[in-house]
Amino acid sequence: MLNVSDLTVSIGPDAAPVDLVSGVSFAIAPGEILGLVGESGCGKSMTSLAAMGLLPRPGPRIRSGRISLAGADVTQLEPWRRVEGGHGAMAMIFQEPMTSLNPVRRIGDQITEAVLVREKVSAAAAAGRARELLELVRIPDAALQLAAFPHQLSGGMRQRVMIAIALACRPTVLIADEPTTALDVTVQFQILGLLRELCNKLNMAILFITHDMGVIAQLADRVAVMYAGRIVETAPAKELFGRPAHPYTRSLMACMPIRGTGTGKLRTIPGRAPRPGSIKIGCAFAPRCPDARDICHQAAPPRQEIMTGHNALCAFPVSDGRPL
Amino acid sequence: MSANTILAVEGLQMGFDVRRGGKRQHVQAVDDVSLTLAEGEVLGIVGESGCGKTTVGRSIMRLSRPQGGRVMFRGTDVLQADDKGLRDLRLSIRMVFQDPYASLNPRRMIGDSIAEAGDINGAFTDRVDRARQLAESLFAVGLDPSLASRYPHELSGGQRQRVGIARAILPVPSIVIADEPVSALDVSVQAQVLNLLMDLRARLKLSMIFISHDMGVISCVSDRVAVMYMGRIVEMAHARTILERPLHPYTLALMAAVPRPDPSLRIEGAIPTGEPPSQFNRGSGCAYATRCPLATEICRAEVPQLRPLGERTIACHNVAG
Repeated sequence: MLNVSDLTVSIGPDAAPVDLVSGVSFAIAPGEILGLVGESGCGKSMTSLAAMGLLPRPGPRIRSGRISLAGADVTQLEPWRRVEGGHGAMAMIFQEPMTSLNPVRRIGDQITEAVLVREKVSAAAAAGRARELLELVRIPDAALQLAAFPHQLSGGMRQRVMIAIALACRPTVLIADEPTTALDVTVQFQILGLLRELCNKLNMAILFITHDMGVIAQLADRVAVMYAGRIVETAPAKELFGRPAHPYTRSLMACMPIRGTGTGKLRTIPGRAPRPGSIKIGCAFAPRCPDARDICHQAAPPRQEIMTGHNALCAFPVSDGRPL
Repeated sequence: MSANTILAVEGLQMGFDVRRGGKRQHVQAVDDVSLTLAEGEVLGIVGESGCGKTTVGRSIMRLSRPQGGRVMFRGTDVLQADDKGLRDLRLSIRMVFQDPYASLNPRRMIGDSIAEAGDINGAFTDRVDRARQLAESLFAVGLDPSLASRYPHELSGGQRQRVGIARAILPVPSIVIADEPVSALDVSVQAQVLNLLMDLRARLKLSMIFISHDMGVISCVSDRVAVMYMGRIVEMAHARTILERPLHPYTLALMAAVPRPDPSLRIEGAIPTGEPPSQFNRGSGCAYATRCPLATEICRAEVPQLRPLGERTIACHNVAG
């Protein structure tokens, strides 16, 4: 449904661009959740904004690559032009719903407005659709809650309202950028369940962006791990967590605090992620990599296939399922 | 109170009056919380936002002024201490905050921020001694002593949190209260900072109260764990007891909701909703009754009291044995 190929997003002058995202490619099928995981600054949000056509201006721009939606090239089209062109709609939800909602308007009006942008229907019909949408995102007493203001709702309920607004344009692709990071774990769990339910029911493609490996494991069908602007490993979720191949993925998993590990030492990744543009030659992870050899510092790593659908951007990926 | 108890909180009560929609509303942030901290122990307090865990930490430092209860430290009640007593107390009990961006003064060199408590309390004999102790504390948290003359904006998030920790151990205190010290950090950095805290704890023989919403983090650092919900402790026991056999329905829900890196635990669809009730004007009964699968009549009528049950204490009407 959504197909991103060889996307490079850069800032700075054309003569000396600094790449924030380099050569990122992925595709998402209807009814599939692709998890894009990485730490702060790895380029995951830039990737999603570029895919959505929402890169801030002036600033980062798409230097090369192609974004296609249902087969049509939409790389240079703003989100609303994509809808008008009949390419299908994309919608996006963000981390903090309170900053995305208008604090002085009732949520019913805000959802109705989103419906009317897309559909030429009467105000009454749009209001009816708003109620259906609230029911779809499982807000209890939907009819009553239409009259609520955002501040009267809890964080979890606000995020449900944002999802309802996103669904108003009947999207075929939903991009969710850390939608549960600001929520408590028990509420996060419910929102993840809702996204999975909607994905199945509406046959949407979902790009789910997070820093949390645990969330990815329990939600995503396939996973792309980003580091320093590149996708370093892609695999089906079961395969990735069962047989992580890239040293960065493996390190990231090893240093997660998991309950029951006792008070022993946690594994860490030495050093810190490089600034964009600071590593010109070799693998960006090499300075922190436990398995790095000389060649890793000298030449860009190749993308190697571990098995069908599982590849790693690494000269020496772990392919034998060696334990973490 | 056993011989090696360093801190005892008894019956702590802390409420706030807030204005909502033109009406004055009362929030009971902490309701009858009692706990003890043994010498050299790490007590983890875990719970979701608004459960009162931060208010407990701040009350021990008397950064909040509780309306009731006692906080006994070295035989005196912190809540009754005079100005002199309070200053000594805040040298013995120190705090590490969540947000290292917000808790460092952006216009002061980090060395001055770290040395501030020592400066105020005359902990340094002269400038040479100050520089030496400053360098030692930076070194202890794994930073280059030359960073003392830098400003916070020149440091990464992980480095800033190390500065926050350096500031809490100069001069060396007896107790450190760490309030979500790693929540703002990426996992790879989070692990480094957790390891550092545990190193320092062993090396400096610190007692620690570690506050977090993250059961994974809590389980990695704590000797004992207290689970809080809506201002009350609902279950408290040794970390292993809680992790291996949680009994309170809320502890169970909290642990089930922690995302784990295991695709076999895939979420397949909608999860029954249920959110914490309003913090204002709570009704009678157990605060968790509105979400609890075990709730019965008595849960809605009567607040369950903490009671001992085997190796743990628990506040639930429906859990036996």
